[in-house]
Amino acid sequence: MQTSTSWRSFRMAAWLGWLIESNWTDPFLFAVYSIVKPLSGAAILVIMYGIITQGNYDSALFPYIYLGNAFYIYVGAVMTGVSWAVVDDREHYKTLKYMYIAPIYIPVYLLGRGVARFITGSIAVFITIAAGVLFLKVPLHFADINWILFIVTLILGVVMLALLGLLLAGITLTVARHEGFIGEATAGVLYIFSGAVFPLDVLPAWIRPIGYFMPTTYWLELLRRSLVGNVAQAFPTLANFTNMEILGILLGLSIFFGVISVQVFRYCDGIARERGLIDHTTNY
Amino acid sequence: MNAVSSKYSRKDTGWRLFLKTIIARAYPRIIGQQREVSWLVFDVVMPMLAVIAYVLVYRALKAPEEYIGFVVMGGAMTAFWMNILWSMSSQLYWEKETGNLALYIMAPNSMMAVLLGMALGGMLATAMRAIAVILLGSLMFGVTYEVSSFIQLFAVFMLAMIALYGLGMMMASAFLLFGREAWHMANLAQEPIFLASGFYFPIKSLPFWVAAGASIIPLTLGMDAMRQLVFPSGFQYGFIGVQLEILLLVILSVFFVTTSKFLLAYVEKIAVREGRITESRR
Repeated sequence: MQTSTSWRSFRMAAWLGWLIESNWTDPFLFAVYSIVKPLSGAAILVIMYGIITQGNYDSALFPYIYLGNAFYIYVGAVMTGVSWAVVDDREHYKTLKYMYIAPIYIPVYLLGRGVARFITGSIAVFITIAAGVLFLKVPLHFADINWILFIVTLILGVVMLALLGLLLAGITLTVARHEGFIGEATAGVLYIFSGAVFPLDVLPAWIRPIGYFMPTTYWLELLRRSLVGNVAQAFPTLANFTNMEILGILLGLSIFFGVISVQVFRYCDGIARERGLIDHTTNY
Repeated sequence: MNAVSSKYSRKDTGWRLFLKTIIARAYPRIIGQQREVSWLVFDVVMPMLAVIAYVLVYRALKAPEEYIGFVVMGGAMTAFWMNILWSMSSQLYWEKETGNLALYIMAPNSMMAVLLGMALGGMLATAMRAIAVILLGSLMFGVTYEVSSFIQLFAVFMLAMIALYGLGMMMASAFLLFGREAWHMANLAQEPIFLASGFYFPIKSLPFWVAAGASIIPLTLGMDAMRQLVFPSGFQYGFIGVQLEILLLVILSVFFVTTSKFLLAYVEKIAVREGRITESRR
């Protein structure tokens, strides 16, 4: 693998992904599309919270739910964005076989295809949080934000999500008819087990360990802590851990899942080549 | 002569052809779809994930138990909305992409019958998935029901389905004119509708005029009425009275089915004139 080949693969894939994501309509409708979906998802939770607490947005649970849901947009965007490239290229545009014979590095190409979703996801996250701060009193004060922790955690998390996306892309390569569901189902499962919108203690005790094994649990916790500090630490789930301990766990789990992802992708890629699945279309 | 009079060479026309077309198009939805068992699993698992997440949010908030039931019912009804978006509205677009649409148009049957077949098959197949979500959700979270009127419940459900699938038929015609944006439009109509129609909370919680506007989606009124009819304290959370909701659903049913017929004829004419039947704007 040459560095120039990897960079070219990544750069062109990112640009291609951006064009595919954005050029189906005019910029205004694209902006509306990118904003309305995540804001609606957040609004469902806000209304649910508002009904039950009768509008008490001062509770520590509200920023927990709101920020967890906002940053979870990245999980759907980045992880599913990378794996969806296989579906898009193989089933829809029928170009995956050409990508395989082109002088590019396929895993890097797939990671690059996730960049467009990362950009649109970032816009959605920003707007969702801004709406929370402006209209719902999410207690986010710029002076109190631990910027270093926030940036390090965000970057580490996005890389971890992209690698998980590569794992899903590998599985997608070997599956014929349910490929579209794989990313969504995984994101849905992680939503529950990562404590994105409720503390893990709400889960039955016997399935809680699954949540403790998910890197997204620690990623979301650190993002909340870096932005709203003690408010996020009000819940017992990870209260005994310091920021550095959680960062260490996140790093360890990210490396673990990263290695697994690369190995799974290589294995699945080999199977897909052997069985002739690279240009296998089903029209489903 | 025998070959001509045999059942395979008999030419059906009129209502017989219309009915046969409906059954033929419904067949792959009802029978064919059940053959792919893993689809059934995915179709049940995906709504269940949302149900579990929202139930746990309510549990974290220590909400009254009625809300758990509301979420389970809303989760089951998402199956119908997803079916409308992806297997009704987008269907003619998919057919265009795969090259079948021109064959549909060329065949000597009514496109309206094709849409009705899609609706009938989709409705029955999705009902199985919705029942599975309700059973699973009720068992997992101990939801109990107390139906106050089975007749009204049956009427509400059937009317909501007729109006909803009428809307789906209308949207299928509109989607025929879309290119790549069809996928995005269907995708866009998920969360905002889950929000506006109150899939996971009583629609009464929204401002009156917002709820009234959202009532153009038949599931809004259908779910609100069903929640009032199947939960002991459901009437406390009702947006408007059940009888008025039934009347509104009758009006929506007539409006959507009638409009879909005219819209289909109009859109088909435009699509043929502008050559969009076989065009795939990728």
